[in-house]
Amino acid sequence: MNIALKVWRQKNSQTPGKMVDYKLSDVSPDMSFLEMFDVLNEDLSHKGEEPVAFDHDCREGICGSCSMYINGRPHGPQTGTTTCQLHMRSFNDGDTIVVEPWRARAFPVIKDLVVDRDAFDRIVQAGGYVSVNTGSAPDANEILIPRETADEAMDAAQCIGCGACVAACKNASAMLFVAAKVSHLAVLPQGQAEHQMRAERMVAQMDAEGFGACSFTGACSVECPKSISLDHIARLNREYLGAKLTSNNA
Amino acid sequence: MSWVTTTLSSTLGRKVVMSLTGLFLCTFLIVHLVGNLQLFKGDEGQSFNEYSYFMTHNPIIKTISYLLYTSIIVHALMALILTRQNQASRPIKYAYAKPEANSHWTSRNMGILGTVLLVFIIIHMRTFWYTMHFGPVVLNGETITAGAIPEVTYDGEPIKDLYAVTVFAFSYLWYVALYVLSMAALSFHLVHGFQSGFQTLGLRHKKYSPLIEFLGTYVFGIIIPALFAAMPVYIYLKAHHILF
Repeated sequence: MNIALKVWRQKNSQTPGKMVDYKLSDVSPDMSFLEMFDVLNEDLSHKGEEPVAFDHDCREGICGSCSMYINGRPHGPQTGTTTCQLHMRSFNDGDTIVVEPWRARAFPVIKDLVVDRDAFDRIVQAGGYVSVNTGSAPDANEILIPRETADEAMDAAQCIGCGACVAACKNASAMLFVAAKVSHLAVLPQGQAEHQMRAERMVAQMDAEGFGACSFTGACSVECPKSISLDHIARLNREYLGAKLTSNNA
Repeated sequence: MSWVTTTLSSTLGRKVVMSLTGLFLCTFLIVHLVGNLQLFKGDEGQSFNEYSYFMTHNPIIKTISYLLYTSIIVHALMALILTRQNQASRPIKYAYAKPEANSHWTSRNMGILGTVLLVFIIIHMRTFWYTMHFGPVVLNGETITAGAIPEVTYDGEPIKDLYAVTVFAFSYLWYVALYVLSMAALSFHLVHGFQSGFQTLGLRHKKYSPLIEFLGTYVFGIIIPALFAAMPVYIYLKAHHILF
């Protein structure tokens, strides 16, 4: 396959970036999108040019590191997959592919396609945990959780924190991410003790980071590599409103 | 800050304000529609005029109407605040974005649709509400009544003839077209807005969400705007002796 690429190049967060054109020939349809970038970077290195910086780690679709905005969509045209699980067979010979970093005020570009997603970590640090002394593993079936509830929690817990929801949202809203992190604990008995505090603190942190509001366009859920449902955003709204109206927190 | 101001200045709290005012405006639409359906009665406007008399004189209705005006203003102002906040959340836009691949046009353009509706409400209130309350009918640079709205007498009781004003306004094709287009905007606004209002309040459940979706799409998205749009069309056709 012959592929033309338009890639966002930016030296660092202080320097303005621009789109740069590259051409790649002999691209195998079986390559993953990131492997195609590896080939590009090897080419660039041989030519003495700076390789394109991009985030990647597991390349198995479970770590949430890769983060490219490909042809106008986060993680590219295939739904339910991360960039590393996207293969070149999803494109046609001769295609031009536009690759940009996530765009959000809360996700500043560090270099090329790499953005700083620490804002997500700070949101989780604000309340996305259960603060109990776990001690040794409890006996099985000590806490009874119906299968449906466990599945519901798992649907939310699948979130890998990649940020595609923010990248897809027209408001750069982090609602699906925060909803997933609030929801997977809120539906389980272990998360009940701190559920009000969790919703209040995590939403406050989300706002402080400069993410936008939810317009319920559903783009986040469609682009989420784990297809996390909008049901969780409704739960977050419920949790937050309930907490604000009834908790003892100021 | 107190918990109230904290809540109302959060993105979620602001959306709750949008939701509550929006859903209140939806309930108003039902009342407004039911009343205005009197226009279709073939009684030369008697039921419609009696209905408008009731709406402008009943103390409860008058109180609710102030709540209504406030809701429109708060809904619009909060939308402006949220839009600015949302735009600030992405200072550098994508060079190439394909939003149509993951969301509907209406859900992404509620601000534009809402602005069309706000302009419509201003024009609509100038034509009918202002005339009913304050005075002479001037339309298209033409004054149809000298000092005040014409009156009509039923059972010896003179009341303002809003029906005559309505018939006059809708005898202009451009004015009818403006209403029909505005109702199209209302349709798109409500197809997304009604359901979205419930989502914001966290009211989403597999037992009830299909009903909310049905109401949002068919009742508020299609039936209500279509009936509203039918009024100017019907009066225009009747005034020009086409069909009716």
